[in-house]
Amino acid sequence: MTLKEIVHILQAELVCGKSHINDEIEFAGGSDLMSDVLAFAKPGILLLTGLSNLQSVRTADIIGAKGIVYVRGKKPDPEGIKLAKKKDIPILLTDYMMYTACGLLYSQHLPGVYPVTDKKS
Amino acid sequence: MIENEAVLAQQFEIQGRDFNHAGNISTTIKEILQETGIPPSIIIRTAIATYEAEMNVVMYADKGTLYFSLAPDSIRIKIDDRGTGIKNISLAMKEGYSTATNEYREMGFGAGMGLPNIKKNADKFKISSCPGKGTTLEILFFLNNSEGQ
Repeated sequence: MTLKEIVHILQAELVCGKSHINDEIEFAGGSDLMSDVLAFAKPGILLLTGLSNLQSVRTADIIGAKGIVYVRGKKPDPEGIKLAKKKDIPILLTDYMMYTACGLLYSQHLPGVYPVTDKKS
Repeated sequence: MIENEAVLAQQFEIQGRDFNHAGNISTTIKEILQETGIPPSIIIRTAIATYEAEMNVVMYADKGTLYFSLAPDSIRIKIDDRGTGIKNISLAMKEGYSTATNEYREMGFGAGMGLPNIKKNADKFKISSCPGKGTTLEILFFLNNSEGQ
């Protein structure tokens, strides 16, 4: 599924990263807890979160996320947008709640992240 | 215990409670590693462990020093902090155990996953602490997977 399709499905606003609009997104995960994102996410993830602070963008960069979707109408801090632009990470904003946003993407066949048993995989 | 013959070594200072800059050092180290041609899977593990360790200093210590060194066969991260230290290390290593304040939880951290996640991502991990003085973490990543766990 491309980022463009995700923007359409979530009726989202693309704040930055427009050059990635045709990038293919293969899986996604949703959490407001960055501790869990760091523990369970895999590189290439599309991160859905309602946590709008600078650390959400920092975490996305560290794990190699392909983009961030802020749910529940949240908007990232200006410092977060600045960092996302610097690190070339697309940011999407949607008014959908977390459950609905994840459900809409999953129902359109965008899978989630499954527990990693081999850290070197 | 954990030494490597560094071809590149750098030292960074971490300031406790400086959330505006928290993570800068981990990002810098990730960028350095990305220029070396090291496999992305090792870079991600190093970045995650370093970020967790850096956030721990920001959240729980007064200040700290991060020593980064890259050798032909390994990446080494050592962090010395000055702060309250950890009274019970085996308890701190348990997933879910945390002394975080609500403030940190609202920031998305403090779930008691940090130290276990560092250990999970590392090939070698050592922690020592002196309550009232500070904590030292040593983390090693092998560049040759056959040397890993």
